[in-house]
Amino acid sequence: MKRTLLTGNSAAAWGARLADVDYVPAFPITPQTEIIETIAEWIDGGRMRSRMVTLESEHSMITAAGAAAATGVRVFTATSSQGLLYGMEMLYTVAGWRVPFVLVNVSRGLSAPITLEPDHNDVLAARDSGFLQIHCATCQEVLDSIILAFRLAEDKRVRLPVIVNMDGFYLSFTREPVEIPDTGSVRQFLPPLDAGDISFRASAPISQATAVLGGSPYSYFRYESHMAATNGLAVYDEAAESFAGLFGRSYGTVEEYRMEGAEIVFVMVGSFATKAREAVDRLRGAGRPVGLLRPRLLRPFPGKALRKLLAGRKGVMVIDQNLSMGKGGVLHMELASALYGHPDAPPVLTSFIGGLGGRDITPEEFYEMVAVTEKAIKDGSTPPPRLLYTKRELDEVRKLQAIANVERRETGKGE
Amino acid sequence: MNEPKFRYMKDLPSARLLGSGTAMCAGCGGLQALHGIYDILGEKTVFINAAGCMTLLSVYPFTPFRGSWLYTSMASAPAGAQGVRDGLDILLEKKRISTEEDLEVVVLTGDGAAYGMGLSSTSGAIERDLDFLYICYDNEGYGNTGQQFSGATPHGARTATSKGPRGFTGFKKDLFSIWAAHRPAYVATIAGAEPLDLANKIEKARNLKGPRLLIAIAPCPTGWDYRPEDSVDIGKLAVRTGIWPLKEYIDGKVVHTKIPHPRLPVEEYLKRQGRFAHLFTPAPDTALIAEIQARVDGYWKGVV
Repeated sequence: MKRTLLTGNSAAAWGARLADVDYVPAFPITPQTEIIETIAEWIDGGRMRSRMVTLESEHSMITAAGAAAATGVRVFTATSSQGLLYGMEMLYTVAGWRVPFVLVNVSRGLSAPITLEPDHNDVLAARDSGFLQIHCATCQEVLDSIILAFRLAEDKRVRLPVIVNMDGFYLSFTREPVEIPDTGSVRQFLPPLDAGDISFRASAPISQATAVLGGSPYSYFRYESHMAATNGLAVYDEAAESFAGLFGRSYGTVEEYRMEGAEIVFVMVGSFATKAREAVDRLRGAGRPVGLLRPRLLRPFPGKALRKLLAGRKGVMVIDQNLSMGKGGVLHMELASALYGHPDAPPVLTSFIGGLGGRDITPEEFYEMVAVTEKAIKDGSTPPPRLLYTKRELDEVRKLQAIANVERRETGKGE
Repeated sequence: MNEPKFRYMKDLPSARLLGSGTAMCAGCGGLQALHGIYDILGEKTVFINAAGCMTLLSVYPFTPFRGSWLYTSMASAPAGAQGVRDGLDILLEKKRISTEEDLEVVVLTGDGAAYGMGLSSTSGAIERDLDFLYICYDNEGYGNTGQQFSGATPHGARTATSKGPRGFTGFKKDLFSIWAAHRPAYVATIAGAEPLDLANKIEKARNLKGPRLLIAIAPCPTGWDYRPEDSVDIGKLAVRTGIWPLKEYIDGKVVHTKIPHPRLPVEEYLKRQGRFAHLFTPAPDTALIAEIQARVDGYWKGVV
């Protein structure tokens, strides 16, 4: 099959086009904008049969997305960072409506300080919203995951919206060879939306998203959403298996890399995991028993799969491209809660924060993480979370501050 | 000009479509207006609601509406209307539903959402020429949280957050003009206490396309501090004193649909409500009353 060079953003647009979405509520934000520009061009040129509407904010965009999904049409939308946070109230709200649709988030570090390059604090802020989350590491995976996400979202056992996440710049603007599946096979995998009773029709009046009074009906609906999200694990596995059968590409809930005989294992999500792969190859070359796990699904959390894959290993290094101030890495906490108290769980779980705002993680840093973890295994004591930063970077910042201070002083004197 | 459809009270629909037994307060002027509105719009509607008193109309698993309902958030009901309208249009266009299944999309919000937080999404919906109705029930404060002042609160009114001797020192925002400045298909003010005027405006709006927005004064016994049985009187006095002008914007022009003549003095309206009691006791604040009167007179000078 033919492969085409596509950016992550183009791959996302292709995912929406192949899913034959009816409706695309939109709002521009860097680095997501190319997705909606591509879709707009296809609609204008008659190559995509969708209706696109530019709202006046992401809050309205997500409202419109949920409302259209509640009316019974297939909806796709996309945003990034501040946009996701601006719409945060509605993320929680529309997930509670139990309406299926797909939102692509192109990860970008959050303000302040305002920046453009990626980390995962934006998408992790939506962690508890009720949206399911699929995290991608390649452009091919972005395209495929959108098609998978619609199947997952629309399944009667789930009926929840899904976020497909990719890293800004590293994926959004990076061209990779991508196989664009043929429409017929996609239709076989993802038939037209069967909205069932999710609709507004004159003949079938319905009240959706009504208020409740008191904790009992409230808990009833919250528990229902949780159970639906949990159902997502089995539904995802079925969908991924059927996808592999049709398209020859397998996407487990957790991607394994060189896990055979691995004694210590990196765990991380997103495109930076490709940097870890490179490091694992070199470490394996040097005879070190190192492997890598990359969870693709964060909600529902594939705790059981991770426990099984990590059972009997000596140490786990969690790299979080996010930071929960005053605590540490979010993935580290999630993994700890999944492993704690299980007899075969690795005794050492080290935590590293890196890649914030697109900061690189170098091969040397991966080797250092292995060294720190090996020492922890030997000593039987786990060190506190490590914030990755080099002396050279600190010197650069200090130098800039010094220059700015000199300038300020000299300009002051000139007055 | 066309003859109004409803000339006498007996012309109004006799069937009451909105169910009773809701959580609204006794004497709610907003609910009175909604009854009149719903009798005309009927059940082939979907009400898109923003956070406010009327969110408590539909509490799981009961609703007074025969048609449909979607609660959104405080700020984005017009965007919810956008999604539902677009969804229905897509279904019609792709022939997945018949035209009989179509619904009129109606935004229903209080003044807190309409005058403030929801103004951006309303502006966006009008600018996109969304085919929808917007009903704002205006009780001139954040009523559902205990009547704190909002952008809709009139000058001098006491609220839970303006208890000083001069009441609320700001001025009521002119939402009618803000909406009309967008040049939508239709804008009108209405009052539940003026049912014929209300019915004719809803009928007119129903038969137009595009954005159609109406603000209903919603006399509020709990927030404005008066007895529930006085609600209709207070609604009528708001109109007869000229404080609540009944008007509409259509085809680029503003027309007053009921010009009070003679206009009653504003005291007739103010003295009936506890929220203005500080203007009369312990001693009359003649300066502030005169200021309020002058503002009303100034408005009408520009009209007639």
